[in-house]
Amino acid sequence: MRESKIFTIARYTFLEAMRNRLVWLIVAFIVIGFGLSQFIAEIAVAESAAFQSSFLAAMLRFFAVFTIALFVITSMVREFDEKGLELVLSLPIPRYQYLLGKLLGFSLLALMTAVLCGLVLLVHAPPGQVALWVVSLSCELLIMTALSLLCLFTLSQVTLALSAVMAFYLLSRSIDAMQLMAHNPIVDSDSLSQRVIEGFVDSVAFLLPDLARFTSSEWLVYHTGSWQQMAPILVQSVVYMVLLAGAALFDLYRKNL
Amino acid sequence: MDLKAVSGLWNRRNRARSVKFVPAPVLVLLAAGLVAQIVWHGVRPPPTARAIDLPSPPSADALAMSSLGDPVATAKLLMLWLQAHDNQPGVSIPFASLDYATVAGWLTRILELDPRGQYPLLAASRIYASVNDEARQRYILDFVYRKFFEDPGQRWPWLAHAAIVAKHRLADLPLALKYARAVSEHARGPGVPDWARDMPLVILEEMGELEAARVMAGYLLSSGRVKAEHEKRYLMQKLEELETRARDEGGAVQ
Repeated sequence: MRESKIFTIARYTFLEAMRNRLVWLIVAFIVIGFGLSQFIAEIAVAESAAFQSSFLAAMLRFFAVFTIALFVITSMVREFDEKGLELVLSLPIPRYQYLLGKLLGFSLLALMTAVLCGLVLLVHAPPGQVALWVVSLSCELLIMTALSLLCLFTLSQVTLALSAVMAFYLLSRSIDAMQLMAHNPIVDSDSLSQRVIEGFVDSVAFLLPDLARFTSSEWLVYHTGSWQQMAPILVQSVVYMVLLAGAALFDLYRKNL
Repeated sequence: MDLKAVSGLWNRRNRARSVKFVPAPVLVLLAAGLVAQIVWHGVRPPPTARAIDLPSPPSADALAMSSLGDPVATAKLLMLWLQAHDNQPGVSIPFASLDYATVAGWLTRILELDPRGQYPLLAASRIYASVNDEARQRYILDFVYRKFFEDPGQRWPWLAHAAIVAKHRLADLPLALKYARAVSEHARGPGVPDWARDMPLVILEEMGELEAARVMAGYLLSSGRVKAEHEKRYLMQKLEELETRARDEGGAVQ
C-alpha cells in the first residue's frame, strides 16, 4: 500500500513530463547536437570521429543536466503554486512518501534522458563504452535531480534554486582542479593565508560529489572505460543520494504548509 | 480578515517549523548521508596532477568558426589560455619542456584572428625568449622576425627587443644586427623612435665594423628620414667620432 502511493506519485510526475512535451525538446536537441557534431567533423582536419563524439557527448551531458534541473524546479514550483502539495498532503500520505514518489518520478525521467542521449552516441562509439557513459550520466542526473528538489524546498524560488544547482554543478566538476591549484600555488608560500585557502578548498571538497570523474568523454573517444571505473561512481551516487534525500526530507518536514 | 490576521498567516506560512517536527529516521538518514559522504571522500585517492601536452593548433577555418563572429575576443582568450598552459592545476611546466613549434603555431593562429594585437609577439620576445635553451630562444626570435614584416610599423618593439636578446643573451652580434637593420629599414611611422633607427649603428660599432657604421650614419643623415635636430646632431657627432677612430686605427696599423 505504502509502495503503491509512492509509485502513484512517481507515475503522475513522469506523466507530467511526458505531457509537457519534454521528450520532444530532448529529441530536438539531440538531433541539433548530432547535426552540429557532423559539421564539426567536416571542418576538423584530423580525428574527425574523436571531434564528433567528444563534442556531442559534452554538449548532451550539459544539456541533460540543465534540462532535468530546470524541469524539476519549475515542475515543483507549479506544484506549490497550484496547491498540489497541500492537496496531496491533506490525504493520508506522509511527507516522506510524497518526496520519494516525486524523486522516483523525476529519476525515471532522468534515466530516460540518459538513454536517449546514449542512443545517438552509438553512431560514434562502441556499445560497451556508450553503456558506461549512459550509466555514469544516469548517476550524475540522479544526483542533480535530488539536488534540484532540495534547492527548491530550501530556496522556494526558480531563479535562486536554479542558480544554486548550476553553481553546485560547476563547483563539483572543478573541485579536483581547485584542490590541485590550492596545494600547488604558482609562487611557493607557507603563509597563513595559503594554509587557510588550502583548508577551505579541502573542506568544500569533502562535501561535494566528485563529478569530474563521472561521464568522461575519454571513454567514447579513446575507449578507455571499464566497469571497474563504475564502482566508485555508483558508490558516490548512492552516498550522495542518501545525503540529498535526507536533507530534502529535513526541509520538507520543517516546511509550514 | 483584519491586517493582523493576514500578517499572522503570512508569518506562519513563511516560518519553518521546529526541528522537533522532523521524524527521527529522517535525522538519522541525514546524519548517515553526511558521515558516509565524508568517509567516502576520505578514502578516495586524492586528485593527481597530470601535465597535458600543448595540442596542435586547429585550422584557421575551425578557429574562425569557433569565434562566432568575434575573432578579437577569441584571440584574447586563446592568448590567456596559451600563456597559462605552463601553469596547469597542480603542475608547472618549464618553458624548456614546451614544444616551441607548437607554441609558434598557436601564436600564428592568434595573430591571424587579431592581426593588430601585440600580445602574441610580446609573449614571444619577452616571455618565451627568456627560456634557458639557445635553440628555443633562436627559434622564437626567428618567429618574431618573420612576423615583424607583416606589420613593421606596429610590431617593431618586439623585434627591437629580439635584437637586444640576441646581443646580450645570445651574444650573437650578427643576428642582433640583422634584427636591428630590419627595424631600422622597415619600421616607419611617427611612433618609431630615433633610437630604433640608430640600433644598427651601435651594433656595427660594437662589432668593430667602423666603415660600415660610418656608411650607415651617413646614409641616415642623407636619407632625409631624420627630422629632429638633436638626432641630426647626434648622428653628425657619431660620424665624426667614427671617422676619427677609423683614422687612428688606420694610423696605428701603418
